[in-house]
Amino acid sequence: MAAPGRITAVVAFLAAAAAGTVLPGWIISLATIAFANGLVVLGLIVMWRAGLVSFGQALYYCIGAYAVSLTGRWLGITDAFLLVLIGGVSAALVSFLVGFLLARYREIFFAMLSLALSMILYGVLVKTESLGSTDGFGVIVPTFFGYAPHQEAFLLALYWLVLAVCAIAALLVDAYFRSLAGALAVPLRDNELRVEFLGMSVSRLIHTKLVIAGALAGIGGALAAFAIGHVDPNMSYWTTSGEFVFITILAGAGSVSAAFIGSLVFEAVRSFAYAVLPQLWQMLLGSVLLLTILFLPQGLGSLITRMRWRRNAEAP
Amino acid sequence: MLTTFAIVTDGLVYAAYLFIVAIGLTLIFGVMKILNVAHGSFYTFGAYGAATAVGIYFDRGLPDAGGFLLMVLLAMALGLVIGLVLERGIMRFVYGKDEVVMVLVTYAVFLILEDVVILIWGARSYSAYQPLLSAGNIEVGNLILSNYDLGLIVFAALLAVASYAALKFTRYGRLLTVVIYDRETAAAFGVNVTVVYTVTFVIGAMLGTLGGAIMAPKIAVTLGIGVEVIVLAFAVVAIGGMGSIEGALVGALIVGLCRAAAVHLAPQIELFVIYGVMALVLVIRPYGLFVRAQPRRI
Amino acid sequence: MLVRGSWVSCARILLPFSFFGIAITTAQAQTAAPPAATVKLGIVSFLTGPAAAPFGIPGRNGAEIMIEAMNAGSVPAPFNKVGLGGSKIEAKYIDETGSAANVVTEFRNLVQRDQVDAVVGYVSSGSCLAVTPVAEELKALTVLYDCGTPRIFEEKPRSYVFRVSPHATMDNVAAARYLLAKKSNVTSFSGINQNYAWGQDSWRDFLGAMQVLAPKIAVDKVLFPKLFAGEYGAEISTLLTSSSQVLHTSFYDGDLEAFLYQEQARALDKRMTMIATTGEAAIWRLRDKMPDGTIIGGRGPHGPLAVDSELNRWFQKVYSDRYSIPPTYPAYQMAMSMLGLKLAYEKAKKGDAKPTTDEVAAAFKGIEFDGPSGHVKLAIGDGHQGISETAYGTYRFNKEKNAPEIVDIIRFPAECVNPPAGVNADDWIKDGMKGAKC
Repeated sequence: MAAPGRITAVVAFLAAAAAGTVLPGWIISLATIAFANGLVVLGLIVMWRAGLVSFGQALYYCIGAYAVSLTGRWLGITDAFLLVLIGGVSAALVSFLVGFLLARYREIFFAMLSLALSMILYGVLVKTESLGSTDGFGVIVPTFFGYAPHQEAFLLALYWLVLAVCAIAALLVDAYFRSLAGALAVPLRDNELRVEFLGMSVSRLIHTKLVIAGALAGIGGALAAFAIGHVDPNMSYWTTSGEFVFITILAGAGSVSAAFIGSLVFEAVRSFAYAVLPQLWQMLLGSVLLLTILFLPQGLGSLITRMRWRRNAEAP
Repeated sequence: MLTTFAIVTDGLVYAAYLFIVAIGLTLIFGVMKILNVAHGSFYTFGAYGAATAVGIYFDRGLPDAGGFLLMVLLAMALGLVIGLVLERGIMRFVYGKDEVVMVLVTYAVFLILEDVVILIWGARSYSAYQPLLSAGNIEVGNLILSNYDLGLIVFAALLAVASYAALKFTRYGRLLTVVIYDRETAAAFGVNVTVVYTVTFVIGAMLGTLGGAIMAPKIAVTLGIGVEVIVLAFAVVAIGGMGSIEGALVGALIVGLCRAAAVHLAPQIELFVIYGVMALVLVIRPYGLFVRAQPRRI
Repeated sequence: MLVRGSWVSCARILLPFSFFGIAITTAQAQTAAPPAATVKLGIVSFLTGPAAAPFGIPGRNGAEIMIEAMNAGSVPAPFNKVGLGGSKIEAKYIDETGSAANVVTEFRNLVQRDQVDAVVGYVSSGSCLAVTPVAEELKALTVLYDCGTPRIFEEKPRSYVFRVSPHATMDNVAAARYLLAKKSNVTSFSGINQNYAWGQDSWRDFLGAMQVLAPKIAVDKVLFPKLFAGEYGAEISTLLTSSSQVLHTSFYDGDLEAFLYQEQARALDKRMTMIATTGEAAIWRLRDKMPDGTIIGGRGPHGPLAVDSELNRWFQKVYSDRYSIPPTYPAYQMAMSMLGLKLAYEKAKKGDAKPTTDEVAAAFKGIEFDGPSGHVKLAIGDGHQGISETAYGTYRFNKEKNAPEIVDIIRFPAECVNPPAGVNADDWIKDGMKGAKC
């Protein structure tokens, strides 16, 4: 993102944060969950630029969520920042280990193997009756550096925390994209062999991207756990991964902010569909997706990119 | 001894189910490189169609075999119609796009078709058990086997042989194989790839609906049956290698036997079997069991 | 130049936000806050997916027919006041399908965006567990109608969440008691339950109850196929090699039907009697395909297991007339929940003013009444969880009348099969079901 783009993004985040003080609770809650999911989508964008689509991000999302809730429950830690960090680190650790295996695969086999791994975690959690099996269990209400808000204040505090984390993640990922490793994503997608000939280690590049995506998904899962207040094994099911991929395609790989905007639009459309067509909402959702793909093949992010091109073209 | 026999027969029955369900998917993927999530919808439509056919036919005193035939024919007709409508109406506008975008198109279609099912048949469940129960059973020692299940095994075997023969020995089958190997070169040789795509998609759809129709007598035909089938079909195709009929067969056999063994001997791991097998196979053979040599682009 | 460019692109970035805003406001405009003369209810159950046909749709239909009857004042006394305390009921139906995130989001939407006065719903125990803390946080009156987990009121005391329907522990304890009463010569039993919380909890409760009541009876095969597996060939083969006389299952509609068709094709029903704890919901569809002799439960005294009463006859008639099929237990559970809410609302209402949520909650606590399913009392869970008697029977398809029948019904008093107040269901069974009054 060039300087104007970054200013715009900062302004947008500040506007969103300020809006939190006037918007009703249900919108704040919806936006919080949407932005938390947006982090997972950001990770998917990092990987998609390199040509990899993971159908198993739910694995890290679930690990982040369970790490947070179990730590809260067993160790009594309630600080939100610490818990989110723990969630992100646990997920990053797992993605680091898993990455040794996964980095060798491409295309649909990468997708299927990542799916298999997330389903194995699902199976393990379902069999663990002490953790409530498919019913899951509740997440403790976190505190913020000792400040323990309730109800509306808590909703707002969590919303701001999520926005702050998203902003930091967006800036970091954007910096990554402008670095050498990030810029190599597109050549990696086009022709790995040539990248090797250039002297770069393809497997290390991909492994790094896997860890970044895993960490982002874990942080997203941790934040989502706070926002929903409940974790269950369904967070590791393949349909959850599918939903993230769905949003990624909707958003397009073009820009970082697209991850969050796409996620927000998706949540809004889905809620709208539930309210308007209680039994036929799937049709509405599917049609919206289809129309988006047909008319905006580069995703919503392309709207932003196109505006930027147009502006750059205008300037003499 | 009896347990081993039970494991083998159960494994074969489950493998037959998996193979019938996966063959349409692997065909479409092999030729068009599309991972068709809407395959679950084909299965669903086949099952609902079969339930409707059974509802019309049975309890009128007509011979049972006719009911089975009607079921199969109606399902395949549905597959033909849906396949054509989808391919001509939606799919052909998105060819050439990124592979993942294609998956998403099929996912969007799947969502829409799920609700089309509700619009046509409502949210209630249907049954089509008559062919299953009228087929009877045979006793083998302490074990009783359903003739319908044994018929399924025979049917799957015939399907495997027929598709393999069709691909290898008929002119059209060889055209399909050529397109699977290399679309561009096939087009350069004058093969009408567009027509091949349409025909393949329609055949894949018909195989999908056929799978649903065959399984309908055993299950309750209700909302959501397509979702479970998608993941199973994907796993079998990933294990076997994309586009390979032999692969789908071997994949189905491996998963079927492993699952049957798990249920009899170690029921704790039954939930993981299919994913464990998939992970294991992919670790050893990253492109599935039967993989075609791909030219490497430099 | 730069600043102007930033402003313009700001506006363009905010375009999707405004699209989002429009979508929200449109939805809100359709569901604007109701005038004081109506009461708004949110009804949540499965409208799509495999749980729709057996539970979600009957529940929804039950709500619809009850609301219509209430608004017309045609429910038999003492429920014959119009609507809730004279205010007509307006209902919004929401699908329960989706992840916990969806369920919680839609709950918040109902309470905060649509401003419903109460939410009645939820089939899945996972949904109930996720929604309960949110209901407490938002102080939203919520009546859970079908979900079975005892955890809701055991984990923490609740103020705004109620459940008129007894929880699932009752079903399996009563199953064990019925089995021992009817088939005292059983030497071994097996179980096939879905591998998720519902199936696992059901089996654990049944096993626990059997071990307390008849420790000498052996357990043979314990099978847990995947939820919605649909194909049970290997499981049936395993059971054919078993020497058990009885098979316990908590399978419901789709899986139950598939299993029944497949097991009858292989004559397993001739060897093993089945206990189907939720079988009542399936008898009208399965008819003669449900094996004679199956022990049938219905999550309580509903449908053919209910005691004959004017309310029961009335409910069966209005429901069958509208939906062409007799009501099954989810419909009964919904009816009981609605009636409980109505009674609490009318008890709390003083004069013409609408009672506050706190007042209704206070009136709901410990409430006791008679509905189509008989007598229920919110006696445990600190006055928030209902208990009632339950009944089990044996299935028979009556060929002359060409209709399903449940015979040999045994009723178990509420205190016999429910844990006493203040005791966790799991602990109660483990400790030998002390305090059970049978």
